[in-house]
Formats: sequence, C-alpha cells, structure tokens
Amino acid sequence: MNPIDLTLAELSARLAAKDVSSAEVTAACLERIRATDALLGAFLFVDETGAMTHAQAADERRAAGRARGPLDGVPLALKDIFCTEGIPTTCGSKILDGFVPPYDSTHVRRLKDAGAVLLGKLNMDEFAMGSSNETSAFGPCRNPWDTSRTPGGSSGGSAAAVAARQCFATLGTDTGGSIRQPAAFSGVTGLKPTYGRCSRYGVIAFASSLDQVGPFGRTAEDCALVLQAIAGKDPMDSTSLDAPVPDWAAGMKGASVKGMRLGVPKEYFVEGLDPEVEKAVREAMRLLEELGATLVPVELPHTEYGISTYYVVAPAECSSNLARFDGVRYGMSKREEGALREMYFRTRAEGFGPEVKRRIMIGTYALSSGYYDAYYLRAQKVRTLIKRDFDEAFQMVDAIVTPTTPGVAFRLGERTEDPLQMYLADVFTLACNLAGLPGMSVPCGFSSNGLPIGLQILGKPLDEASLFRVGGAYQAATDWHTRAPRIG
Amino acid sequence: MARADWEVIIGLEVHAQLLTASKIFCGCSTRFGAEPNSQTCPVCLAMPGALPVLNERAVEFAVRAGLATGCTIREHSVFARKNYYYPDLPKGYQISQYDLPLCEKGRLVIDTPQGEKTVGITRIHMEEDAGKNNHDPAGGPSRVDLNRAGVPLVEIVGEPDLRSSEEAAEYLKALRDVVVYLGINDGNLEEGSFRCDANVSVRKVGEAGFRNRVELKNINSFRYVRQAIDYEVGRQIGVWEEGGTVVTETRLFDPQKGVTRAMRSKEEAKDYRYFPEPDLLPLVVSQAWIEKIRGSLPELPRAKAARFCSEYGLSAYDAGVLVAEKAVADWFEAAVTAYGGSAKTVANWVINEILRLVKDSREGGIAASKVTPEKLAGLLRLLDERRINAAGAKAILEDVHGTGAEPADVMKARGLEQVSDTGAITAAVDKVIAANPDQVEKYKGGKKNLLGFFMGQAMKELKGQGDPKAVTDVIKSRLGD
Repeated sequence: MNPIDLTLAELSARLAAKDVSSAEVTAACLERIRATDALLGAFLFVDETGAMTHAQAADERRAAGRARGPLDGVPLALKDIFCTEGIPTTCGSKILDGFVPPYDSTHVRRLKDAGAVLLGKLNMDEFAMGSSNETSAFGPCRNPWDTSRTPGGSSGGSAAAVAARQCFATLGTDTGGSIRQPAAFSGVTGLKPTYGRCSRYGVIAFASSLDQVGPFGRTAEDCALVLQAIAGKDPMDSTSLDAPVPDWAAGMKGASVKGMRLGVPKEYFVEGLDPEVEKAVREAMRLLEELGATLVPVELPHTEYGISTYYVVAPAECSSNLARFDGVRYGMSKREEGALREMYFRTRAEGFGPEVKRRIMIGTYALSSGYYDAYYLRAQKVRTLIKRDFDEAFQMVDAIVTPTTPGVAFRLGERTEDPLQMYLADVFTLACNLAGLPGMSVPCGFSSNGLPIGLQILGKPLDEASLFRVGGAYQAATDWHTRAPRIG
Repeated sequence: MARADWEVIIGLEVHAQLLTASKIFCGCSTRFGAEPNSQTCPVCLAMPGALPVLNERAVEFAVRAGLATGCTIREHSVFARKNYYYPDLPKGYQISQYDLPLCEKGRLVIDTPQGEKTVGITRIHMEEDAGKNNHDPAGGPSRVDLNRAGVPLVEIVGEPDLRSSEEAAEYLKALRDVVVYLGINDGNLEEGSFRCDANVSVRKVGEAGFRNRVELKNINSFRYVRQAIDYEVGRQIGVWEEGGTVVTETRLFDPQKGVTRAMRSKEEAKDYRYFPEPDLLPLVVSQAWIEKIRGSLPELPRAKAARFCSEYGLSAYDAGVLVAEKAVADWFEAAVTAYGGSAKTVANWVINEILRLVKDSREGGIAASKVTPEKLAGLLRLLDERRINAAGAKAILEDVHGTGAEPADVMKARGLEQVSDTGAITAAVDKVIAANPDQVEKYKGGKKNLLGFFMGQAMKELKGQGDPKAVTDVIKSRLGD
C-alpha cells in the first residue's frame, strides 16, 4: 500500500512501529506532488531539500529513541499566509513578491518543535480574500474531485492538498469560512477553533478580530492531532487565550454522541440551499440521531445579517491591516519614478489584485469620518446580537449542526464577475467567526455529479472537544471521509 | 486697535517619551543614538504577521503621569488605530488611544506674575512613537530609521487655559519638572524626548467662544515656545484687524527667521479612520494597582519647595533653586540630615559652592560629584568647631570635589587647621606687641582701628591659621581693652 493513503493517525502509528520511515513517506508525498500538482496547483512553493533533511532528522531521532510525539516525521504543508523563516511567503499576492520572512510564525515553530516535516506553501486567495482560490495572483488551485471546479477558498490549496493525498494534514486560516468551506468543497475535514485558541503571530492578517488558524485533515482525529501541537496561549499574541489545552485525540477515542443535544437552526435551511446538499445533511443528522443524539430545533434570528455585518467588519480591518504593504520595507516596490506618493500609488496599484482593492475601498469607506457610526459601529453591534443568538441556543444544546455551504463546488470562473454571488458561498460559515466560536466541517456525502458535501458542526467557545466528539462518532459510522478523488 | 484689546488663547499638546528600557509593543531597546535600524524586530518593522504586546511598565509610567497631574485613571481604556501613510510609520497606522484614553481631567498649577494658576489637563493617553526620516540635503534618497518606532509616548493634552507665551513656557517647564521627577521622562527638548505643539488663537477681550486656531509645530525649546507664540499672536491679530480670517491650519516655526509658516497645504482634511485596535485587548488597570502606583509617587517639585520653606526656613528663591532638580533636592536633604545643624547653612553651601563646582566640572550632575552629603556635613562641622575658617573651608571643598578625600584629612594635609590654642596665640600676640611699641602707644591713646594691624601681624606669626576670634580676644586683653 502506498503510505500516502494512510491517515495521519495511522501514519503516526506506523512511524512509531518503524514500519515506515519519515524519509520514505516524505519522498512519496513529494512524488505525489510532482505527479499531480501541475494539474491541481495546490502548492506555491515546495521545499524538497528542506523536507528531506527534516525527514531524515526525524528518522534519526526515532532511531535514537528520542521521537517527539505523533507529528514527528509527518509531512505537512502550510497555507502561504504563515511566515516561514527563509522560505518565500506570498499570501497569494504579487505585492509580497520576493518577500522572505526573517521569522517563523508561532505555528511553524510549534510544528517544527513537534518534529513535523514541512513540505511547502499552499495556494490561497490573495490575502485570504475570496471563496474560490481564484483571486490568487499565481492562478487558481483546482478541485481534485473535478479539476474544472474550485476547491473552495480562501484556503483552497490547504484543502486540495489533503484531498489529493499530497500530504497528511495542512494548516489554513478561517476568517469567514476559509477552512470549513474549502473542506466541504474538497471532501476533507477542517476545523476553525475558537477565536484565540491559536495564536495569530506570524499569520499575515486579513481581519484581526475574525482570523483564526486551524487544521485540515482526512479525519477529525487527524485535525485533533495537529491542533494539539499548535493551540494554546502565545505570549506574542495578546488575543490568544490562556486556557488549558485538552488532549483532544485521546478524548475522542470511542467517542459517542449518546445523550448529546444537537441544535438544528431553521435559518440554515432556507431557499437557495441546494436540495442535494440539504438531503445529505438531513441524512447525516438522522444518522447522528440514530447514534444517540437528540436533535433540537433552535433559532438564530440574526443569521440573515451575517453577510452584511461581515462585509463591513472584515474589510474595515483589512483596509488598515494592509496599509503596511507600502513598498518601503519589503515585497514589491515601485520607486523608479516620482516621489513618495507615486511609490505608494504604483506599488499598491500593481501589487494588489481587484478583490483586495475592492475590500480596501469598502473598508476605508466604512471607517471614514461621518460613516463610522452607520457602518463599523453598527456592524459591531449586530455582531453582538449574532453572538447572543448563539449564547441563547447553547443554553439548550451542546452543539449545532448545519450544512457547511449552500451548494457544492462551483466551476472556476462561474462567479468571478459577481462578487455578491461569490460572497454567498460563505453564508453559513461566517456567523461562527463573528461570534468567535469553533466550527468544523466533515464530509457527509456526494452530489449526483460526484462532488463532496460538508456537514458543519458549531460549538461553544473553547468546546472544540464536542466538535471532535460529534465528528469522530460520525466518521466512525460513515466512510465519506475515506473516499479519494481520481485525479486527471 | 491695540494689542491690549485682544486675548490670547493657548493650549499645549506635549509628547513625552517614557523611559522604559524596551519599546511599547516589543522587546527592542529604546536607547537613543544607536546605529540606524539596529534596534528593530518583526514587530516594530511591521513585518507581515507581527503583533503588538503591551509593555506593562509603559502603562505604569503613564498612570504615574496621570496621578501626578490629578487625572482620573480609567480602569478600562482602549487602544485605537490612527491610520495614515508615512514612511516613518511602518504599519500604516499608529497605535494610540482615541475616545477612551487612560487618563482624563487633570490639572497642573503654575506660577504667574498674578500668582498661582491652575491649568486644566484634558487627557493623557498612551501611544507609540514613529521612526525618523532622514532626508539627504543633497537631494539623494531619503532614509528611514525605525529605531524610534515603537518607543512609548504619553500625549498630554492641555486645556486652552493659557493666556500668554510666558504662561505657556511656565506650564511647559512645570510639566517637564513633573515628568522628570516621576522618573518617566528625561525632559530633553533638544533630542525630542519631550516635544510640544501649541494651539494658538486670539479673540477680543470679553468675547465668548473661540476663533479659528492654528497648531504650531517645531517649537523644541522654551525660548522657541515663547518666540513662536508671540510671532503667531501678532500675525493673527494683524489678520483679523485687516478684516481677514485666520485659517485653521498647521504652521511650522522657523527658528532662524523667528516666524511661523503654513505647512504644505493638505489636499483634503485629515481623516485618520480611528477604530479600536483589534490586536490588543482593552487595557484594564485595577484600582489596587492604581493605588499601589499612587503610593510610590515621589513628592513633586511644588510640594517639595513649599516644604523646604516651611520645614527648613528657606526663602522661596533658595527652595526653588534646590528643587529645580530632584537630585539636588535629594542631595540637600541628605546633607541636612547628615549635618544636623542649620539647614539654611547647608542650603547656602549647596547653592553657592556645590552647584558651582558641579556645573564647572560638567560631570553628570550632583549625584556624580565626589563631594557627598556626608563630606559636606563633615566640613560644616569643622567650621562649627572653629577648626577651620571660611576661606579654608572653601579651599578644602575644592580638594574634596576633585579627589573625594575626607575634609579633615585635606585640612591636615594642607595645614589649614586654625590655631585656637590660647598659649600659642598669646605668644604670637606678645611678640607682635613687643616689636611694635609705637603702634601700641597709639592704640592705647585711642586709635582703636589699629586692631586690624595687630590682627594682621599676629595672623602672620600664626601662618594664617589662627582662629580670628581667639586672636582678637587675646589682642584686646593684652592691650588692656
């Protein structure tokens, strides 16, 4: 059997048993990337030499009896939004052309400390602004299940790489659904933790109050193993939470949903929801009920304001966060002609793509004097109401289950001319970010044309454990997550 | 219309760098004068992905400033982003405080010719300093030094309560004394660690409300503050009196010409698009911590001067000289304690002698002097015991300042001890009397001013070390007075 077909947990056991070496597995991943990525475009940078070096080091540690844990020697890859010392980091944008960070993000450091082998950097929508990976300055990533379609976004490369068995898990970021939506579109498991559960240090900021780092894996258990390594308070991020990090993978062994109360919000089953998606999700809920959970109708009445709230808050923060890309210190700098203003104008005009510019303009407008109260301040108030909806629902239930997306992966180019249509791809995922909650997407079926469908599970703040419990129990009873796409 | 018909309205905004060892949002050093960009890291360079973490010491210093100026300290304050583009501002925004600053509603008392005056302080908020753009006078590319980017600042915003350039300078001095006393700022206007902008407007005496105001920048000395304001007041009165309107704008003071000039006009009004900084949690300072800081505040200059007057009987002038620098005031009090005698005497010696010596030697102030309070006390005791005279004491002090030796040792080594032994004095006086029979006759005949002659001769016999009082007494008794 090709080791790339193993789950991360299985690989970890094989490595521990010395049935396989990290060098062999890493070489197999690199071979898989070579074979498939010209078509998929999941990777923006592959660090073959570095990966093999780290794999050999992991094997030597293990031979010497100094293995570091479940990730030691496991090949992983990162969305190109994480700063990696000495390795180019583009955030999917031309404006970071030539930028090589002088430091590692907290996650990169923690994964290295855990012994993980980092294969390279993954494609993404420019500055994580997009839902289809099409805003990437380096061309779109393609869906391994149908290469004419999007893998989802913004962490499209992170989802596709796991689906295509190019590596065992990846890291992405989720600001309004950028982990869960591509996980659903690409048929893999993806988790956005509670806001603050993971550090944001070294992650290029899109919208600071919404951004959160999380794992993609083939299973909920694989996500738990990766999250374990990166979660926890970071002194470099004031907004990271100083909360105990439970042993999630151990906690989900033999997990059962027996006795759990799962909320079903009617606001997520509305017009516009693809009937095939609804059918698969309803079927998944029925199965969870069969496994011992109780389904409870809940109300999230402010759901309909999610998109407009999100598209004020996120652009406002991004308009400020992206001000640092000014051509002065790093990346693209158009300073050949003219004075300071010309350098700013030309660098940013040439460096940013149209979607990034659109959001900078929306955000700048929303923060402007005279408009602040009507937009930003109002949006923050609605955000509080959305959070309150969830607080009230969680009085009655342990977790909430919904479709992750209203439809399945759409065709590349289908929505690029219609931003509003594109924004609707995140309609079920962004309330979770506005409320700071943890959310997970697990594969729960396929459409008639063979495209994956995702079930979203939302939890209480810091209660990722319940998501792993539901996800683990569901995956123990189903095989959707074990199916692999045939590429090419 | 005359100048006397106009009232001047001034409010100062002061930026004071806090004397923390590291920057406000990262661990980089704040040392002044290092190699450009040598004190930087991903955070203060605004590398993608870097995040700020608040320096607690900077908060403590800002709270000190607030408490010392009678401000209310907000237990819940919020950092905000002030967005604008400039190469010395690496993030494209300055982390500052906006609608919820740390300190509000304080005051500062200053002296004016009309007596004490209380000037309102609107607010004190925390923010980060920007870097420095170094422009090539020859027209080559400008260079950006980010060593200063992220140095902690407090901005102290004063109410428009000042009514003359003299009051403005007085307020600025008083404020500087306070922050220097608090140990949170070095008070250096030239290096820019204590900077001031002035908002100036004029109105007719008796008029309600304010007219358009002008913000003056580049006034980095007490003298410039007065010059710039005086010029600007004259200019504004001129504009109004000629029927014009003063434009609300920012003007730069040109110290060479002594005039203010409009800065390059902005194409549009500034819109900083303030919003709460999402990378930092709201700043929460507990009442307990505030009280702890309050308990650690030093006595401030005005209170200290008042106490020196009442406790030590000093004149207001002397007290003012002694408290101008905290190190001097502390030194003075240590000397008073070590000496145990008249504080007035100590004050005279400190003001007239020690400060002169310290100033002449230019070696890091009174604290660095080799004359310690204990040594001055020892010297004053030698004087009290009449083992030395005033001239000898000054000579000894010079030596002590130079070498750090004990005053008594210097006295012995240089043979400056006074002779008070009556036997030796009597012998010397008798010798002088025997050698000058004519003068003795004249003295006895009533020419009492010859006492000085005998005194001089006897002191010569005693090699200048006779105790003048003892010598006089002996002369008088030997000559039958």
